Amino acid sequence: MVGPGRICRCAPPRATPAMNCRAEVLEVSVEGRQVEEAMLAVLHTVLLHRSTGKFHYKKEGTYSIGTVGTQDVDCDFIDFAYVRVSSEELDRALRKAVGEFKDALRNSGSDGMGQISLEFYQKKKSRWPFPDECIPWELWTIKVNVVNLANEQERQICREKVGEKLCEKIINIVEITDSLGTSVTTTMRRLIKDTLAL
Amino acid sequence: MDTDLSSQDRKDLDKFIKFFALKTVQVIVQARLGEKICTRSSSSPTGSDWFNLAIKDIPEVTHEAKKALAGQLPAVGRSMCVEISLKTSEGDSMELEIWCLEMNEKCDKEIKVSYTVYNRLSLLLKSLLAITRVTPAYRLSRKQGHEYVILYRIYFGEVQLSGLGEGFQTVRVGTVGTPVGTITLSCAYRINLAFMSTRQFERTPPIMGIIIDHFVDRPYPSSSPMHPCNYRAGEDNGAVYPSVEDSQEVCTTSFSTSPPSQCVFTVTKAHFQTPPPVVTDTLKVPVMGLAFSHQPAALGVGSADTGYPVLFAGGLNAAHPHQLIGPGKEGGVPPIPSQPAHGTQADQERMCTPLDGVHYSAATPSSSEDTETVSNSSEGKCGSPHDLLETIFIRKVGAFVNKPINQVTMANLDIPFAMFAPKNVELEDNDPMVNPPDSPETESPLQGSLHSEGSSGSSTGNTHDDFVMIDFKPAFSKDDILPMDLGTFYREFQNPPQLSSLSIDIGAQSMAEDLVWNPDISDSLPEKLAVHEKNVKEFDAFVETLQ
Repeated sequence: MVGPGRICRCAPPRATPAMNCRAEVLEVSVEGRQVEEAMLAVLHTVLLHRSTGKFHYKKEGTYSIGTVGTQDVDCDFIDFAYVRVSSEELDRALRKAVGEFKDALRNSGSDGMGQISLEFYQKKKSRWPFPDECIPWELWTIKVNVVNLANEQERQICREKVGEKLCEKIINIVEITDSLGTSVTTTMRRLIKDTLAL
Repeated sequence: MDTDLSSQDRKDLDKFIKFFALKTVQVIVQARLGEKICTRSSSSPTGSDWFNLAIKDIPEVTHEAKKALAGQLPAVGRSMCVEISLKTSEGDSMELEIWCLEMNEKCDKEIKVSYTVYNRLSLLLKSLLAITRVTPAYRLSRKQGHEYVILYRIYFGEVQLSGLGEGFQTVRVGTVGTPVGTITLSCAYRINLAFMSTRQFERTPPIMGIIIDHFVDRPYPSSSPMHPCNYRAGEDNGAVYPSVEDSQEVCTTSFSTSPPSQCVFTVTKAHFQTPPPVVTDTLKVPVMGLAFSHQPAALGVGSADTGYPVLFAGGLNAAHPHQLIGPGKEGGVPPIPSQPAHGTQADQERMCTPLDGVHYSAATPSSSEDTETVSNSSEGKCGSPHDLLETIFIRKVGAFVNKPINQVTMANLDIPFAMFAPKNVELEDNDPMVNPPDSPETESPLQGSLHSEGSSGSSTGNTHDDFVMIDFKPAFSKDDILPMDLGTFYREFQNPPQLSSLSIDIGAQSMAEDLVWNPDISDSLPEKLAVHEKNVKEFDAFVETLQ
């Protein structure tokens, strides 16, 4: 089965990603209370592009794919809105990870720099006694720079500026996804074929 | 050449492209409805869940899209375009975005239609969902309502970008290669949101309300009509559009084997943000320069009935007809004249410069803000030939509103919704709400001094009532301290006399006198200052005692 994305918090990306693993890095500068929403916006956008409906395997080797619903999310601390997959479980998992990331950022010190990564990998079953193999095929890293603002006016400007920046990030993600499109589709096709062959 | 493509593949591909085009239009229009969209994920696909995405089909939108396509598919030189524009309550419109679905000749013969192309199209739709939220028009569309609405128009053929103004930007949503060509989806959007009108406003009698089913000065006479991006979904408008399931074109790909069925979507119901015609805010809009051009309102069946905003309420700033597209004000009419909306180019030509004829002897800064605040009187004298600029506001709960210069009686104008027109003066006098019968209690001792010059005698009413209170039952209105209740108090105090310093003539004179040294006038400002300076030691001593 195509593996779910795994979120690595505050950790450097794998030193030696697998040969076919694509790595993308995005950078954002936000104020402290914008960290969560900015991370959620970016991660949800990536996941929207990488989510698929549930696979139902039927007889005669056919299968059907479920439907992915979407919903709009408005940010409270940023002048920004984004679309995410309609899945409460996914949202919860992301929020938990992003919340821990935010806490770690806060406790780590005053430099306010950190990064969070979202990794897509394939789980390959191995024969006993070897453990299952996890082969990453795509890695998204978001580098965060937390700024401190002095007054409300600056915060208001920050709301708008970060909103504009996030718009650019979404466009970046879409461009990346489009450019990777064919190869990812091929990868995913191969993965599904592998899965079905088991 | 597509001889390599099997006929089944070709049929599938055509079907995919057709439904992709329809879904693209749905996503774009729904993203401009002004509301948050929410659809449910489902593990069991239904026949209309094309591309494994839950995108609701609004029947009217599908109908318009099919009409525009007219059985054709996007091909080289034949693009499907969705134009998103903004229309203000005054009738000015501005193109915001053009979404283009194009096809070029670059073919990818190797690609598998039934799987890869389908999934790539699905991915492209997801990208479209994301991108539609990041262009500037999204935020505008979320705030549409009283002051402006967002309209869409679908056309097929050559892309027309000239209406976007200079320096528009383009964002590419994505591409999908197919054996017959490469599909590209992109958006060109305006970045210069300063509202520029190319028309001079003409003298035309005011028309009650605006029916939004016409173009104004469209550059392409053959263009299709615009439709609002907010309307009542599910309302019975007399026209029934076949939903996707009714037709035989359900999504049956080789992956999905479940039979078509009703799909259930949780979508927030699109509703009007402008109030229905029986509004408490009734705005008589001077339709200047709204020269309805030749456009035949060639609307589709039933589409004229579908929720066009019939009456625009609120938000008209008479002094600034080039109302800038700022954040839409909620709750109706701002007092006139108001401060320029955020971002308004105050140096734009304004219709009404109230203080044209007044010159201060001192160098008062003649910024727009200053002149406006001073000219809060009802005599908004317009030196310009726009005497017909009358705005009559009728509000449920009053606010201070400028008295119109010429109150046109509506009786001699053959207009729709005449029953909502403001009553004549006599009628107002007879209105018991405006002039309630004298209460048996003693009238307020303050009453006499509060009435403006024109009206006398009547306890509460005014012949110069700027607004009519239809109903006023203040809560908790009984007060033990004062001998009157809140309602009476309100009515009595609702029309205080003009402050003398704000009246233009007196104000100008006294200001002039104040600033000019005139020994004959004992209380001119310079003289007062001189007196104060003489007594400065006394004042200093006083201040010392306070510390």
